[in-house]
Amino acid sequence: MSLITPDFGLLFWMTLIFGIVFFLLAKFGFPMITGSVEKRSERINASIAKAREAEEKLHSLADSQEKMLKQAQLEQARILKETSEARDQMIAQAKEDAREEARKILEHARMEIAAEKESAMRDLRRQVSLLSVEVAEKIVRKNLKDSSEQMELIDKLVDEVAGMQDRS
Amino acid sequence: MMTVLLPLSAGAADIDMQEYLFGHVGDSYEWHVTTIKEKPVCVYLPVIVHSKSTGWHCFSSRHIAEGETYEGFRIAHADEPHAGKIVEVQGSELVKPLDISITKNVFGLMFNSAVVLLIILLGARWYRKHDAVEEAPKGFAGLVEMLVTMVEDDIIKECVGKDYKRYSPYLLTAFFFIFINNLMGIIPFFPFGANITGNIAVTLVLALCTSVAVNVFGNKQYWKDILWPDVPIFLKAFPLMPVIEIIGIFTKPFSLMIRLFANILAGHVMLLGVVAVVFLTAELGTVMNAGLSVIAVVFGVFMDCLELLVAFLQAYVFTMLSSVFIGLSRQEPETE
Repeated sequence: MSLITPDFGLLFWMTLIFGIVFFLLAKFGFPMITGSVEKRSERINASIAKAREAEEKLHSLADSQEKMLKQAQLEQARILKETSEARDQMIAQAKEDAREEARKILEHARMEIAAEKESAMRDLRRQVSLLSVEVAEKIVRKNLKDSSEQMELIDKLVDEVAGMQDRS
Repeated sequence: MMTVLLPLSAGAADIDMQEYLFGHVGDSYEWHVTTIKEKPVCVYLPVIVHSKSTGWHCFSSRHIAEGETYEGFRIAHADEPHAGKIVEVQGSELVKPLDISITKNVFGLMFNSAVVLLIILLGARWYRKHDAVEEAPKGFAGLVEMLVTMVEDDIIKECVGKDYKRYSPYLLTAFFFIFINNLMGIIPFFPFGANITGNIAVTLVLALCTSVAVNVFGNKQYWKDILWPDVPIFLKAFPLMPVIEIIGIFTKPFSLMIRLFANILAGHVMLLGVVAVVFLTAELGTVMNAGLSVIAVVFGVFMDCLELLVAFLQAYVFTMLSSVFIGLSRQEPETE
């Protein structure tokens, strides 16, 4: 059998066998393998992308956490400051109130004293006017007896009244 | 080394070198396994022939092994036409019938194809039983996946281009078919060792398949490049390029056919030659024979390793060149 002339029988069988092998492998063999490998590599790529995304998210999460912490600290400081301010204010307010109250009490006392004084003065004035009326009565009773004596009496009475007035 | 030794032994050698070499790399109707006590141990294969006068015949090659005539058929002698083939004896004339016998090569082809099918389908079976998206195969299926992925990623995707998926089953089949047949050809025992990919009929069919894939599924741009290429006007007046390109349509598969055939055949012949040194030097004396035998064995081991490389390399090259030719037939027109 010559080496370089293709033999018909072998050609026939080769075509048939290779055809069958190709058909079977193309239908049940290679697409199964290549398809699965492709799906897997897609999946792996997707997983890598997802992992990267998660990492980025984690980073941003840490960032925001830090931000939140800083904000909380600021808030704390602010609240502390506000509280101390409020306390100071409250103390100041209390002092002010106390002072005001004291002032009011004093005022009240002063007003009462003034009212007392007023009423006392009114009393006195009534007394004086009564006295004056009495004096005037007496002067009128001694009337016209002695002019010099009258004058003396008037002076004496006036002095008396004036002395009383001074005393009160 | 061979050229030195052959003339020495040619005179008295009881080995017919030509028959020895051709018997091993060629085709035959029975499979000679070994010879025990001068009795050949053969696997007789079915002969299937169709005669124009007597119709279909199917019988075991046992009946014609020793040169006998059976049902009007015998194997032609070396000095007759169609030497080594089955011929029909019609009077004094020898007529060649339609011969689709299961010869040694056909049997080897069937066996190796079964091995290819077994390997790939067993590998593919794993994916039916597992969720390939969630896990990767181990062991045998992993090996098959690795090889398939290597061929697809390194050769097919690179060389074919964007619609590689359409061609990848054919190219993968060609790769594994050639690779397994090459490897089986190296194993020297029955039922391996048939010279399948070193047979021109086999490589012819493979090359034709690639040619069909290239020319039948080639796009418009491919045919335009062949018949009306973008060349200067003086080259259009004298259609040199189309002539070269049309010759190229035939030379490309031809080169594929010859490359695989010649590489594998040459490897087998080299190995057989190295082994023959042991027998050819038998009459040179024990010392000479022993010394040369050691050299022959060492050289044979080296050749076998080389053949392993060639087995892979030729499958790789065939697949890669087929991919390149297919890729060239699927080129998109250049946008300027």
